Amino acid sequence: MANYDLPKLFDEFVDARKNGFLAAKEFKENGGRLAGCLCSYTPQEVLDAGGIAAVSLCGTSNETIPDAEKVLPKNLCPLIKGTYGFAFTEKCPYTYFSDIIIGETTCDGKKKMYELLNELKETYVMHLPQSQDRPYASDIWYEEVRLLKEKLEQKFNITITDEDLRKAVHTRNRLRRALCDMYQLQETCPPAMHGTEMMLALQKGGFTFDVEKQIEHVETLVAERKAAYEAGERPVPASAKRILLTGCPSGGVIQKVGMVVENNGGVLVCLDDCGGERTRSRMIDENAEDILRAISDSYLGIHCSVMTPNDGRLENTKKMIEKYKADGVIEVVLQACHTFNVEAYKTREMVEDMGVPYLKLETDYSTTDSGQIETRIAAFLELL
Amino acid sequence: MYQVGIDIGSSAAKAAVLKDGAVFRTLLLNTGFNSRKTADEIYDMLAADGITKENADYVATGYGRVSVPYADRSVTEITCHGKGAWFLFGKNGSVIDIGGQDTKGIALKNGRVMKFIMNDKCSAGTGKFLEVMTNRLGLTMEELSLLAKKGNPITISSMCTVFAESEVISLIGKGTPREDIAYGVIESVVTKVVQLIAQVPGDQYFLTGGLCEDSYILGRLSHALKAPVESTPLARYAGAIGAALMASEQKG
Repeated sequence: MANYDLPKLFDEFVDARKNGFLAAKEFKENGGRLAGCLCSYTPQEVLDAGGIAAVSLCGTSNETIPDAEKVLPKNLCPLIKGTYGFAFTEKCPYTYFSDIIIGETTCDGKKKMYELLNELKETYVMHLPQSQDRPYASDIWYEEVRLLKEKLEQKFNITITDEDLRKAVHTRNRLRRALCDMYQLQETCPPAMHGTEMMLALQKGGFTFDVEKQIEHVETLVAERKAAYEAGERPVPASAKRILLTGCPSGGVIQKVGMVVENNGGVLVCLDDCGGERTRSRMIDENAEDILRAISDSYLGIHCSVMTPNDGRLENTKKMIEKYKADGVIEVVLQACHTFNVEAYKTREMVEDMGVPYLKLETDYSTTDSGQIETRIAAFLELL
Repeated sequence: MYQVGIDIGSSAAKAAVLKDGAVFRTLLLNTGFNSRKTADEIYDMLAADGITKENADYVATGYGRVSVPYADRSVTEITCHGKGAWFLFGKNGSVIDIGGQDTKGIALKNGRVMKFIMNDKCSAGTGKFLEVMTNRLGLTMEELSLLAKKGNPITISSMCTVFAESEVISLIGKGTPREDIAYGVIESVVTKVVQLIAQVPGDQYFLTGGLCEDSYILGRLSHALKAPVESTPLARYAGAIGAALMASEQKG
């Protein structure tokens, strides 16, 4: 059995973090393979098929940003700084115990950060096309997914078969369905649960090594909430203003934005970021003739602002506003995220043309602007 | 019955009392460093005139809105300035509120807030910027405006309050006339405010907040916005009046 060391600062960590480290250590010592993932474009089925646990990396808090800024520029997205900072300070168990980190050439900040991250931990970067539009885009991404498979086969000395991929697709489809069932709990007026509860559940899921366990967690939560709702429980008042949250990944602003919305008379009914329905509703045909192609095509179809053009995102957001009967749209742009920030102009136009009020919040993970963010959110909810 | 609106801003605390739909009384205090104490002082001052919990409803607003323990509820200053401006001006247009730490633009239509914009955490274009500059120049706000009127155009290029102060110090060092510096200081605020307000454009504008009686600033804003900018001495209390109106709405 292999032995793994804990980080130097382990004794100073709080219990929750210690437990995270111990669990990851145990997982590794029992022969587990761990790959850190950062983005929805990572074709997780390929990892699953190789028996490699795909886990999210910590990066959504302000804690390690001052350390990251010793290396990275200040004027950079907090998610990028946070991710690097957690690797640099050895404070994230998943980064620390990862055998490999999988990145993609999404935005410029991440792309260049990966070069530095690679010096701390092996980072394999997949090359994403600039859009889905070109006829050869699908071939590029297919080749990238194939190269990732080969990389993993070499690194771990394994063979990933089509059969393994099919099984992985089958399991991930079940997770997607469970997540979509959870999202749909918010369709009713009032919704069956608070959006922040959902955000926390999603975050927890990302840090689980076993997909089956993730499915179980989500299915249990959905069953509980459904039963409670049917029994007449209404955790959210009918008067709550229904908010669709769009823009950058929202995992780092659960407190700063999510909780503030839900403490000021609103409820998040739709999480329209990259962990939400926009990506999770993309089922993959597990009987496709070329299973690897089915996987790569499905992931390439994700609408992120790094793509140009990215009209599919707006069309989808429009559908979500109608489906979830949103009273207002709040777009979160993380500091220095140029792609979402510029695209926000189009989002605003589209949302306001529908007669739905729109609020853009540009922020980071620090508390410096919490007061102003709260005033803005409260005022927005008052005008609805 | 009275309706009392209390607006605890970052530098000034304002109260407005409504009776039968008209402004019956106003109060203006420095917020100081203890919003809670200021809120209590306001209560006592009004109570001395017979306005108490027995016969009045209270709504708090402003950044210190959570520090008014006797308020029946709190509403953000955006909504209150919107309501207050509609009460004072009764026209569609955009409200410009230059506050102590925030500058806000609020688009009003038929008495409703349609859209709003607030400066980010930077203090450029806010009352704070003017406070720092008047302190540095040893002037009151009134004196600053009077001097600026006589000044020759110079530009203070730093938007950041801290850097702009250094720029002013170097202008003082070079012997630049105070009139010219005063002109530059006010233009800097006007430029920043107009940039912000461009996101909530209107056919006409209403200035609320502490600068409402400054005819020079009103003129410069109107010039830069190429549209009329109105105000009234009561506009200083727009947030408090808006809060008082919320108190009457609440009672239905």
